[in-house]
Amino acid sequence: MTRRPVDTGAPDRLYTVTGGRSRADDSFDLVTLVVAECEPSPGMQSEHVRILELCRHPTAVVEIAAELALPITVIRILLGDLLATGTITARHPRLAQSAAASHPDTALLQEVLHGLRNL
Amino acid sequence: MGSATSDTPASEPAARGRKPLTDAAETGLKIVVVGGFGVGKTTLVRSVSEIRPLNTEEVMTQAGVGVDETDGVRGKTTTTVAFDFGRISLNDRLVLYLFGAPGQERFWFLWDRLFSGTLGAVVLVDTRRMDDSWYAIDRLEHHRTPFVVAVNRFDDDTARHSLDEIRLALALPEHVPLIDCDARVRTSGKHVLVTLVDHLYQLALAQESTP
Repeated sequence: MTRRPVDTGAPDRLYTVTGGRSRADDSFDLVTLVVAECEPSPGMQSEHVRILELCRHPTAVVEIAAELALPITVIRILLGDLLATGTITARHPRLAQSAAASHPDTALLQEVLHGLRNL
Repeated sequence: MGSATSDTPASEPAARGRKPLTDAAETGLKIVVVGGFGVGKTTLVRSVSEIRPLNTEEVMTQAGVGVDETDGVRGKTTTTVAFDFGRISLNDRLVLYLFGAPGQERFWFLWDRLFSGTLGAVVLVDTRRMDDSWYAIDRLEHHRTPFVVAVNRFDDDTARHSLDEIRLALALPEHVPLIDCDARVRTSGKHVLVTLVDHLYQLALAQESTP
C-alpha cells in the first residue's frame, strides 16, 4: 500500500538526488505552498517530475517531503531548481522569518479562530 | 534516464487518497505541539487533522556549537530528526499545519527551525512525567513563543493532580493558560487549539492597544 520510499537514509542516494549540493534554498519555509506552473517535461529528473505532479494543487513543503520520503533540506534544494526555471511558484507564509519580532495581527487570528470553531 | 514518465502507478498521489488543498490556498500557518515521548502529540495531531498524520524528517548538518553530547567529533554532526504533522484547512485561503515535535533537549536545533514563524505552541503534559515538560517550557519562553499547556489525562493516572497543583509544579506563570484535555477526542483537541489561538488573540489585542 505505502509507496516505497525513494530514500532510506543512505547519504549517497541523497547526494545523487541533489547532484552533490547541500546548500538549500532557505526561502522555502516548511509551510510555503508550492504550485506547479507547467507539466513535467521529458528528461526531467524523476524527483522534479514528482514534485510537479504533486503540486498541481498547492502543496506545502513538508507535504512534498513526506510524499517523496526525502529530507526537508533535499526538497528545498530541488524546489530551488524548479523555482529558478520558473516551473513552480511559491506562496510564502506571511509570518515566515522571526517568531518573536512580528506577532500576527488580530484580523488573521480572528480568521483562524473562526476556522477552528467551525471544524 | 528518460524513465521519468514510466513510473505512473506510483506517481498518482490522488489515487492513494491524498487530499489536495483548494487552488485558492495561499497562506500556510504553523502551530507546534511539544512534549515528551509518548505524551500523545501524534494522537492530538491525528484527532484534529483532516489528513492522516504524515511523517517527515530533517537531516541536520550542524557545524558545531554545542551540538549533542557526543563531544570530540566536531564536523561530523549529522542528525536525522523525524517529526509528524497534520493539516487543517481553516478556509479556502488559510491552511494550518500542526507539528508534533519531540521535547527533549537534544532536539533543540529542530525547534529553532520549527518555531520560526510559528503562531504559537501547545505543551502537552503527562502528569506522571512532568519533568519532560520543563525543558519545553523553558525553550518556548526563551524564544518568546506564546503557548498554552494542555494536560493529557491518561486513564491510568491515579494521582489526578489538580490544575493548580500542576501549575505550581511547572512554575507556570498565571497568564499562561492551563487546561485539561483528552488528546484522543476531536472536540477536546479542537478546544486546545481554540484556547491557544484565543490566547494569541488576547496578546495581539493588548499589543495593538499599546503603541
